[in-house]
Amino acid sequence: MKEWIFTTDHKRIGILYLVGSIAAFAVAGLMALGIRVELMAPGTQFIEPDIYNVMLYFHGAAMILAFLIPGLTGFLANYLIPLMIGAHDVAFPRINAFSVWLFWFAIVLALLSLAIPNPPDIMWTGYVPYSSQYSSGNSSFYVFTVHMLGFSSILGAVNFLCTVIFMRAPGLGWMQLNFFVWTILGAFVIQLIFIPVLAAAVTLLLFDKYFGTAFFVPDKGGDVLLYQNLFWFYSHPAVYVILLPAIGVFMDVISTMARNQVFNYKVAVFGGVWGVVLLGSDVWVHHLYTSGMADWIRIGMMVTTLLISIPVGLLIISLVGTLYRGSIQFSTAMWYTAASFWLILIGGLTGIPLAMTSLTLHLAETYFVMAHFHFIMGITATFAVFAGVYHWFPKMTGKMYNESLGKLAMTLNFIGVNLIFWPLFVIGVEGMPRRYQDYQMFPQFEVSQWWSTIGAVIVALSTILMIWNWISGAIWGPKAPANPWGSVSLEWTHTQSPPGPGNFKEIPKISPDWHPHEYSKA
Amino acid sequence: MNKRSILLGTVAAASLFAIGAGDAGAGALNDHTEHWKELWGHVLLDIGGIGVVFGLVASYFLVSYRRTRDDEVGKGPKFSFAQSMAWALIPAFVFMADDFYLAASGWKLWNDQRIVPEGAMEVKLTGRMWSWDFDYGNGKVTTNEEGLIVPQGKPVVMRMKSEDAVHSFFIPEYRIKEDLMPGRVTYLWFLPKDTGEYVFTCTEFCGTNHSNMWGKVKVIPAAEFDAWLNPPAPEVAAAPAEGEAMAEGAAPAAEAAAPAGH
Ligand SMILES: [Cu+2]
Ligand SMILES: [Cu+2]
Repeated sequence: MKEWIFTTDHKRIGILYLVGSIAAFAVAGLMALGIRVELMAPGTQFIEPDIYNVMLYFHGAAMILAFLIPGLTGFLANYLIPLMIGAHDVAFPRINAFSVWLFWFAIVLALLSLAIPNPPDIMWTGYVPYSSQYSSGNSSFYVFTVHMLGFSSILGAVNFLCTVIFMRAPGLGWMQLNFFVWTILGAFVIQLIFIPVLAAAVTLLLFDKYFGTAFFVPDKGGDVLLYQNLFWFYSHPAVYVILLPAIGVFMDVISTMARNQVFNYKVAVFGGVWGVVLLGSDVWVHHLYTSGMADWIRIGMMVTTLLISIPVGLLIISLVGTLYRGSIQFSTAMWYTAASFWLILIGGLTGIPLAMTSLTLHLAETYFVMAHFHFIMGITATFAVFAGVYHWFPKMTGKMYNESLGKLAMTLNFIGVNLIFWPLFVIGVEGMPRRYQDYQMFPQFEVSQWWSTIGAVIVALSTILMIWNWISGAIWGPKAPANPWGSVSLEWTHTQSPPGPGNFKEIPKISPDWHPHEYSKA
Repeated sequence: MNKRSILLGTVAAASLFAIGAGDAGAGALNDHTEHWKELWGHVLLDIGGIGVVFGLVASYFLVSYRRTRDDEVGKGPKFSFAQSMAWALIPAFVFMADDFYLAASGWKLWNDQRIVPEGAMEVKLTGRMWSWDFDYGNGKVTTNEEGLIVPQGKPVVMRMKSEDAVHSFFIPEYRIKEDLMPGRVTYLWFLPKDTGEYVFTCTEFCGTNHSNMWGKVKVIPAAEFDAWLNPPAPEVAAAPAEGEAMAEGAAPAAEAAAPAGH
C-alpha cells in the first residue's frame, strides 16, 4: 500500500490513474444508466428533477474531466511514454506523484459533492448566471474540482513535454517517435495553453457567487456571454485533448497489429496532429451559435470549424491507410480499433451539419448534438482507453486476459452504444432537447427513448464482463509471452513485462534507420 | 504565405461572400424553415457520400488484409516527398472545396434566418424560471399556458430577454431557436405557414423545471387573429374594468379560435 501511495515510478502512477479514472467511469456510468431508465417514459418515473440534474452534472463532469482526460493523458501517457522513448522515468518523478495525488483528491472531492446537502446541479458547463446566482447547489465543489484537475494536468503537461524533449534515448530523433507520443505532445500543449482560461472562468464564477463580485452580472456592468466564451475557449480544444491521444492509441495498435508503417507519418504528425492543435483553438464559437453573439463571428467560426475537417481528415486517412497492404491480426484491442472507424466516421460526419451555423439554429441543444459528441468524443475515446488497456495488458501485468471474453464484451459494448445513440440522433433532428428529465410535450419519442435505455443496459453488462476480464486476467491469467504482438516498439523489445524499476537495464541506443512503426525490415 | 496564396485566399473569401450575400432578403415570403429542410437534405447526401467512401475502403482493407501467415509483415507504400505531399494536398483541397461549398450554402440560409422581413409582426418575449410571457405590444400579454398566438402567413419576430438564468426559445416545427439572457436583447423570426399548434420549449438548462418550460405556438387565420388582438371597441367599452379584465376576456376567444385546446 505504502509503496503505491508514495511511489514516484511512472508505471505505478499510470496504474493509479487507471484505477481512479475507471472508478470515475463506473460511477458516472451508473448515473447514465439511472438517467436512461428515468427517460424510458415521459413524466417522472423514479428520479425527481433536482436529483436528475445532479446526476446529469456528475455524469458529464466526471466522464470528461475524471475519466477521459486522466485515462488518456494520465494513465496511458504515464505508463507508455517513458517506455516508448527509452527513458528511465519522467523528467520530474516527484511532481508526477503530486499530479496523481491531486487527481485522487479531485476524485474524492467530486464524490463528496454527492454526499453534501446541496450538490452542484449546474451541468459540466457551469453556465452563469444559473451557477452563480440562481442554483441552490454548491457550485464551489465544481470549481475546486476543476481547479485540482486543471493543476494536475498543467503539472503533467510540463512534465511530459520536458520528458519527451530532453529524455529521449540517445539517437532517437523526432521522426522516430511512436505516433501516440506525438498525439500526447499535442494534447499537453493544448492543456498548457488553455487550462488557465478555464480556471479563470470558474474562479470568476466562484467570486460572483460567494464574494459578491459582478463579472457576469449585467445589472452591475458584467456580461453573461463572457463566461461562455472563456469556458469554450478551453473546452472546445479539450475535445482534442481527448481525441488526439485516442487516435494515437488507435494508430499504434493498427501499426502493431497490421505490422505496417504509419501511412504518411510526417503528414499525419504535422498536418494532422499539429493542424488540429492550431485550428482547434479558433472554433469555440460553434458552441455559442444560438447564444446571441454577433452574426459576423458566428459566420467566421463556421468557416474555421468546417476547416477542421482537413487535419482530422488527414488523421483518418492515415488510420485507414495504415491498414493498406498490412497483415492484420485481430486481437481484442484491434477489434476496438476497427469499431472506432465506425465511431469516428459517424461522430465526425455528424459534426459537419453542426459546424454550419444555420443548421445548428435547429440542432443546437438537441439529442442530435448529444449523440454526435458521445460518438466522436465519448465512445471513441472510451474505446481508445479500453483498447489501450487490452493492448498493453501483457506489458503491465505480464499476464494474458481472456481473448474471447474480451471480444464478447467488446461486441456487446458496440451493439449497446449504437442502440443507445441511433434513436437519439433521429429524435434529436425532430427536436428532442437535451438535459430534459421529462418529455411530456413529445410523447411520440417514447419508443426511441425506450430502445435507447435497452442499449444502456447492454453497455452496463458488457462493462462488467470487461472489468471482470481485466481483474481475473491480472490475478489468474496465464503468463504472457515477452512480445505477444511481435511489436518493434521499444516498450516491447527492450524491457521485460512488467518492466522493473528504471525500465531498462541499459538505455537503448537508437540507430537512424530504426522506427517504432517499421516492420518491413523485420 | 507567398503572394499567390494570399491572392487565392482573397478570391476564395470574396466568392464566398458573393454567394453568401447573394439574394438575401429576396422574395416577399422568405420561408427559412423550408430552406433549412432543403439544406439539411443536401448535407445528409454530402456526409453520406463521404461516409460510404471511407466506410467501404476501411471495411475492404480490414477484410482483405487479414494476416494469413505468422511471419507475414505489412508492405505499406513508402512515399517520396512528392507522393506524400500529394497525399496531403489533394485530400486537403477536396475537403476544403467541400467546406467552402457547405459554408456558402450555410451562409445563404443564415441570411434568410437572420434578416427579418419588413412588416414582420413583433412580439416581445420575456423568459424566467420557469415561464414565458408574450407581449403583443397593445397591452395584450399571454403566458406559456395560453401559448404564443400568431396569425397565419405573416412573419413574426420575437424580441427576447431573460429575467434570470439563460434560457433558449426553440420551436422545432420552424427549425429555429435563440438564447435569452439578462443584459441583452436577442431575436429570432419565423413564418407560420399553416394553422395549427406547434410545441415551443426551453433548450438552455435552467434548473429544476427546465423540462417544463413549454407551451404551444397557436397559428390561427389572420382575420381571427385581428379580432382577437383588437376586439371591437363597443364590447371593451361595455366591460366594467379596463386593462386586466380586457386581457382576460380576450383569452377564451383565443382558445376558441385555435383548432384544439391545450
Ligand atoms: Cu467544440
Ligand atoms: Cu429555461
